[in-house]
Amino acid sequence: MINDSLWSIFVNASLINNFVLAYFLGICPFLGVSGKLNSATRMGAAVTIVMVISSMCAYGLHALLTVINAPYLQLISYIVVIASTVQIVEMVIKKASPALFRTLGIFLPLITTNCAILGLALFQTNKGYDFIQCLIYALGAGAGFTLALVLMAGLREKLDLVSVPDLARGTAITLMIAGILSLTFMGFAGLGSH
Amino acid sequence: MSQEIHHHNQAPVPAASDTQDTNEFIKGLWLQNPVFAQALGMCPVLAVTNSAQNGLAMGLATMFVLIMSNILVSSLRAFIPRQVRIACYILIIATFVTAVDYIIQAINLELHKALGAFISLIVVNCLILSRAEAFASKNTVSKSFLDAAGMGTGFTIALLCLGSIREILGNGSLFGWQLFADNFENWIVMILPGGGFFVLGLWVLVFNWLQQRQENKEPPSHD
Amino acid sequence: MNDAQYVQLEPQAGRPWHMYRAMVGIGLICAFVIVSVFQFTLPIIKQNKLELLQKALYEIFPDAREFQRYQYQTEGNFVRINEDLDENIIFALYDQDKKLLGTVIRAKGMGYQDLIEMLYGYQPQLQVISGYHVLASRETPGLGTKIETDKAFQKNFAQLDVSVNASGDKLINPIEVVKPGSKTHPWQIDTITGATISSRAVGNMVTDSAAQWIPKITTRLEDFEP
Repeated sequence: MINDSLWSIFVNASLINNFVLAYFLGICPFLGVSGKLNSATRMGAAVTIVMVISSMCAYGLHALLTVINAPYLQLISYIVVIASTVQIVEMVIKKASPALFRTLGIFLPLITTNCAILGLALFQTNKGYDFIQCLIYALGAGAGFTLALVLMAGLREKLDLVSVPDLARGTAITLMIAGILSLTFMGFAGLGSH
Repeated sequence: MSQEIHHHNQAPVPAASDTQDTNEFIKGLWLQNPVFAQALGMCPVLAVTNSAQNGLAMGLATMFVLIMSNILVSSLRAFIPRQVRIACYILIIATFVTAVDYIIQAINLELHKALGAFISLIVVNCLILSRAEAFASKNTVSKSFLDAAGMGTGFTIALLCLGSIREILGNGSLFGWQLFADNFENWIVMILPGGGFFVLGLWVLVFNWLQQRQENKEPPSHD
Repeated sequence: MNDAQYVQLEPQAGRPWHMYRAMVGIGLICAFVIVSVFQFTLPIIKQNKLELLQKALYEIFPDAREFQRYQYQTEGNFVRINEDLDENIIFALYDQDKKLLGTVIRAKGMGYQDLIEMLYGYQPQLQVISGYHVLASRETPGLGTKIETDKAFQKNFAQLDVSVNASGDKLINPIEVVKPGSKTHPWQIDTITGATISSRAVGNMVTDSAAQWIPKITTRLEDFEP
């Protein structure tokens, strides 16, 4: 539909309209998980995998729903697909690499309630992307999410070493830092456009 | 699918069975305020509060879904086996979110455009799922209704706090009414995503401060 | 507690049936709720969409009393349609005497933050673009949103020259987007200071859309007669 180049879709999803810092999706894990650097990278990787798979399924579902003319089933079908994807990814990782499964631990089931995945599916449907564009969009969104998480984790690890006022400790200071991060990401606007 | 619902809980959770009915409602407003105390449902809180009107609409929509799903889950709680309970809850919540999406489109199309996909995202608002799991599945319909109404109101109040500040500072208006004269320099950052983070951080700070003051006043043997 | 109830009354083998009963029962209740809300709100939503569209179209041509949808066919002509479609659609606006006032074209493009969607009016008789209306934008409030409020920018579109060449396949002078204040020709658009990206995006959108649609409309003007 829109003749966006694949590169500009990727840059848009990861930097300009970063899912966490611009769209506020995925805040729950962002605030909860970004305490440590390695848990941040693992969460980011898990989210990216689920995003890509869900994106492809959402594309297929949307085509199917258009054919049978049942647009009102969109939300339910997306959420079922996302939940199933998380289950399947969990099982596959358990079989393929038990070590990875143990380190990811609790994060996988939590991804189901991660607004970023559902948000991705809804956005790509609204924008009318075709299959390849959806794939790149999902990769970009996952990359951006991981980037935001990693940046936040790095900053919070440094934060542990200084004395933060009692009242601000925890959520409040994290939100302030997220605000500054969000402002800096605004500098990416206009990147890659003519 | 069994998953644990995480609460970033900083306030004590009273046992559901021995509180009075009015307490079920009131606890959602302050002690267990979904946004400030439990940090649940943050995504829409930041995204749609760039104006007071959007915040109010989002709060009411979420409250509607919360009340309806709590009522349905509570009335069916004898029939939902443990193994499939999360799947059932999500199905119920998604149904009411779809319904409220169409209702909002019918009421005011421009409002629907302003809120966009975030209406649909109510379905992954951890608040609703956690109330269904933690309360509605174990309590009567009337108690569940009050719990939902209280949490929904607390949520709406939090959204209004955020939305009003951001709109007043960032646009010089409240609910569309211009408050200041023309030479008021709009603090645009408040309407941008960064501003959302800042204002919420400030509110959490204020909430913590008030909580701390209250705890310091009460005798230690209270809880 | 409910679990104790189950162990007491139902045999172990009955458990899967409870799961199916719950899922199917809830599925039916949910389906009922969704379909009834959908059916009830559908006509209201349709009416809302129509009113919104009409408001936007009449803003571009205030004298209009009626509008029709025309779809571009692969054979190269425009055909009046009644369905609510969006692809390859041109709107034609008529006044109370059924006289053609002009056409409205929809354009989409990437702005500063997100997609911008707009309508712009084209008067084939005079071969100028006259007026535009922004349908959807997520531009920076106070800066990018100037594309909707800046009077000087709007004046660009009051009589934007889009004359078509003799063979009817492109514009004699393609629209140009230039720096603010440096507009010298009637086919140029100058951008807004401080909102360069957003206004440039609007300019580019209209340039691309005009290059594609204006020649087609001008050469097939008779298709739009009532």
